[in-house]
Amino acid sequence: MTDRSTKSAKVAASLRRRHAAERRFRLYGMGAVAFALACLGLLFFTVVSKGYTAFQQTYVKLPIYFDAGDIDPKNSGDPKVWAKANYQGMAKKSLRGLFPDVKKRRDKRALYKLASSGAAYELRAIVRENPDLVGTTTDVWVTADDDVDMFIKGYIRGDVAENERRISNKEMAWIEALVADGRLEKRFNTTFFSAGDSREPELAGVWGAAAGSFFTLLVTLALAFPIGVAAAIYLEEFAPKNKLTQVIEININNLAAVPSIVFGLLGLAVFLNFIGMPRSAPLVGGVVLALMTLPTIIIAGRAAIKSVPPSIREAALGLGASRSQVVFHHVLPLAMPGVLTGTIIGMAQALGETAPLLMIGMVAFIVDIPGGFTDPATVLPVQIYLWADSPERAFVERTSAAIMVLLGFLIMMNLTAVWLRKKFERRW
Amino acid sequence: MGKADDVTVLLLMVILLGLSAWAFHSGRRQALVLSNGRARTLHSLPEYYGFYLALCCATPALGGFVVWAVFEQQIIEWFTIAAISPGVRLDDPAKLDLLLNDIRNLANGNIISRAVDPDLQAAADYYLGLRDLSFVALAAGMLALSGAGVVLGWVNLKPAFRARAWVEQFVHFVMIGCSIIAVLTTFGIVMSLLFESLRFFQMVSPIEFFFGLEWSPQTALRDDQVASSGRFGAVPLFAGTLLISLIAMCIAAPVGLMAAIYMAEYAPVRLRAVAKPMLEILAGIPTVVYGFFAALTVAPLFREWGAAGGFLISSESALAAGIVMGIMIIPFVSSLSDDVITAVPRSLRDGSFGLGATKSETIRKVVIPAALPGIVGGLLLAMSRAIGETMIVVMAAGLAANLTANPFQAVTTVTVQIVTLLIGDQEFDSAKTLAAFALGLLLFCTTLVLNVIALYVVNKYRERYD
Repeated sequence: MTDRSTKSAKVAASLRRRHAAERRFRLYGMGAVAFALACLGLLFFTVVSKGYTAFQQTYVKLPIYFDAGDIDPKNSGDPKVWAKANYQGMAKKSLRGLFPDVKKRRDKRALYKLASSGAAYELRAIVRENPDLVGTTTDVWVTADDDVDMFIKGYIRGDVAENERRISNKEMAWIEALVADGRLEKRFNTTFFSAGDSREPELAGVWGAAAGSFFTLLVTLALAFPIGVAAAIYLEEFAPKNKLTQVIEININNLAAVPSIVFGLLGLAVFLNFIGMPRSAPLVGGVVLALMTLPTIIIAGRAAIKSVPPSIREAALGLGASRSQVVFHHVLPLAMPGVLTGTIIGMAQALGETAPLLMIGMVAFIVDIPGGFTDPATVLPVQIYLWADSPERAFVERTSAAIMVLLGFLIMMNLTAVWLRKKFERRW
Repeated sequence: MGKADDVTVLLLMVILLGLSAWAFHSGRRQALVLSNGRARTLHSLPEYYGFYLALCCATPALGGFVVWAVFEQQIIEWFTIAAISPGVRLDDPAKLDLLLNDIRNLANGNIISRAVDPDLQAAADYYLGLRDLSFVALAAGMLALSGAGVVLGWVNLKPAFRARAWVEQFVHFVMIGCSIIAVLTTFGIVMSLLFESLRFFQMVSPIEFFFGLEWSPQTALRDDQVASSGRFGAVPLFAGTLLISLIAMCIAAPVGLMAAIYMAEYAPVRLRAVAKPMLEILAGIPTVVYGFFAALTVAPLFREWGAAGGFLISSESALAAGIVMGIMIIPFVSSLSDDVITAVPRSLRDGSFGLGATKSETIRKVVIPAALPGIVGGLLLAMSRAIGETMIVVMAAGLAANLTANPFQAVTTVTVQIVTLLIGDQEFDSAKTLAAFALGLLLFCTTLVLNVIALYVVNKYRERYD
C-alpha cells in the first residue's frame, strides 16, 4: 500500500512539475509574440509622436507695404523687374514696424530672423499672383523661422537657462507679443507636401523626394514586371529540365538573398562607370531596383502559375490550342492576381530601399523637383536618411513625418495586395 | 539635355508604338486579302500575321535604340576630344575628364570650374551640335530600321507562311532572354566586384587586407601627415559586423522561434489572424526607419541607462544597432520557422501525445528536432541578412574601426565602410574607393556561402515529409 501511495505521490509531483513547465513554455511563447508586437507598437508610437507636429507649421502675419517704388521703380510693368525687387527688405521693414523699440543692430538682426528666409519668395509669389497689391499695405501670413516654430511647438523650452536654448529672452518676448496680437499661429503645413529639400527645415518638403520615388518606381515597374513575368512563365511552363534551367533557378534563389548594397555596387561599376549613365538619376535607380526586385517577382509569379490546376491546361490542349495559346489565353489570366500581388510586394520593397541608391549618387542635396527620368533626384527613404543626419531640431519632426508618408504609401500598397488576393483568390 | 531629353525620347517611343499598331493592322488585313476572304486557307489565325509584322517593325528599331543609348555618350565624347583645338588638348586622362566635364556642363548651361574661353565655348557648341545630330540620326535610323523590317516582313506574307510558329518562337526566345537576365545580373555582380577588387589588390596586399588589424582608409596626401596612414586591415570590420550580427541573432533567434512556436501550436485562431499580419508589417518596414529608430530613440535611451548605472555606453554602441537589427529580423525568423513547424506531420505529434507527453514536451522533444534542419536553415538566412544589412548600421553604428568585443562601444561594419567610402564623388584609381569593392566582394561571398548552405539544408529537409 505505502509503496503505491508513494508512487502516486511521485507521479503527482512530476505531473505538477510537467504542467508547470507547460505553462512556462506557453508563457515564453506569448512573451515572444508580445515582445514583437510591442516593438512594432513602440516604433509606430515613436514615429507618430515625434512627427505629427510637422504637419503644422508656425506662420507669422506681417503687415507688408508693397512699395511701388521698390518693386517697380521705373513703372515698367515688366514681371522680370518685379521678380528682382528686395522682398526680404519689405519683410524686414514690416518687422521693424511691429517692434519700433528695437534699435540695436544685433537685436534687429535677431528680429529679422523671426521670419523665415523663404518669406521673400512667398511675398514675390503673392505679388506675381495679385499685381493689384502693389502700392498697398496688406497683412500677409509668411512662414516663421524653424526656431520660432520649435519654440511654439514646445520643443525649445523657455524654462532652461538662456544660453542653453536657441531662442533668447528678447526673442521670447517678441514671440509672446506676436502671439498675444494674433500674429503668430500654427497652420496646416502645405510647404511640407509641396516643396523639395532645403537647408532650412521650415522650407523643406517631401514632394521632390516623392516625385523622385515615383519616377524611379515607374522605371522599376516597367522593367521588372514584364521581365519577371516572362521569366516566371518560361521557367514554369516551357523550360526543359536541364542543367541550364537548374543553374537559372539556383541563381534566382540566391539573388533574392544577396544584400541590397551589392546591387548598388553593381550599378556604380556597370551602369555609371562602364555604360556612363547619368548619376543621381531615377533611370539608374530604377534599373538597379528592378534587378533587385526581379527575383521576388519571378518567385511569386512561379508560385501563382503553379497553382493553376493542370486540368485547365489539358482542356485547352485538348481543344487544339498550342502551348503558347494555353499559357497566354488561360494560365496567365488565371494566375494574374497572384502575379500582381507578388509585383506589388516587390514594388513596396523597392520603395523602401535605400542602400543601393546611396551608391549611385541619389543622396545628393537636390532642391528642384525632378521632372523626368534623367533629372537629378532623390527618393523618400534617402530623404529620410538625409534629414535624420541633419543637426537642426526641426528636422527630427520632419524626418518622422516623412517616415509617416513613406509608411502610408507602403501600407496602401500592401493593402492593395491583400485586397487583390482576397478578391480574386480562387480555390481549385 | 540638348534635344534627346525624356519627352522627345518618349515621343519617339509613342511613334514607334503607333507604327507597330499600324503594322499589326495591315499585316492582319493583308493576310485576309491574300486568303481571298477565306481565313481557313491561312496557316494561322490572321492576328498572328499582324503580330508578325508588328514585331518586324518594332524589334530592329528598339535594338537600334538600345545600341544608341549605350554608345551615344562615348562616341560623342570621342568626337569632341578629336575636334578640340590642339591648344586645349591634354594627354593626362584625369585632366581630360575634367575638361570633358566642363564642356558638358557648359553645354547644359551649368556652372563650370574655369573661365569660359572661346575655345571651350566652341567645343561646347560643337558638343551640343553633335548631340542634336545624334538624336536626329537616332530618329531617322529608327524609322529606317522599322521601315526596312516591315518591308522584309511583307515579302514573307503568304497564306502558307507559318506566322503562329514564328511569333511563338519569337516570344519563346524573348522569355529565355528574360530568364537569363538573372544569371547575367549575378555575372555582372561577380565580374564588377572581382575586377575592381583585383585592381585594389594590386595596390594593397591581400595579406594586409585579410589579416591587418588597423583600418584607416584615408590615404595621406603628403608624407608627413599623421592621421592618414592609409591602412587597409579589414579584421576590425569583420569583428564589428560579427558582433552586431550576433547581438541581432541573440534577440531574433529566441523571440522569432518562440513566436513561431506559439503561433503555430498554441495561438487561438483569432489571435493568429491578428498577430500574423502585424508581424508581416514589422517585416515590411523599410530599414531606414529602423535606422532612425535606432539612432534617435534606442541609442540615446541606452546611453542614459548606462549613465544612470554608472558606466559608459557609447551613443553609437554596437548594442543599440544590434538590438534594433534583431527586431527587424524577428518576423523573418518567425515566418521561416512557422513554415517548417507546420510542415511537421500530424502523425508525429499524435504519436507523442499517445505516449502521454504534454504539448510543450511534444514540441521540444518531437516537433523541434524534426524541424531542426529547416530552423537552422532559416537562422542561417537570417544571419546572412544581418551581415548584409546596411541602413541600420549606417545610421546607428560608428565609423571608427575599433577592434573590440565590448557591445557598449562603437564598432563599424563592412557595409558602413562601403557606404562611407563611396558616398560623394570618387576617383576610380585610389585604393580608398577600390577598397569598397573588395569589401563588397567579401560581403557577397560570405552571404552567398551562407545562403547556399541554408537553401540546401531547407530544400533537402522539405522533401522528407512530402
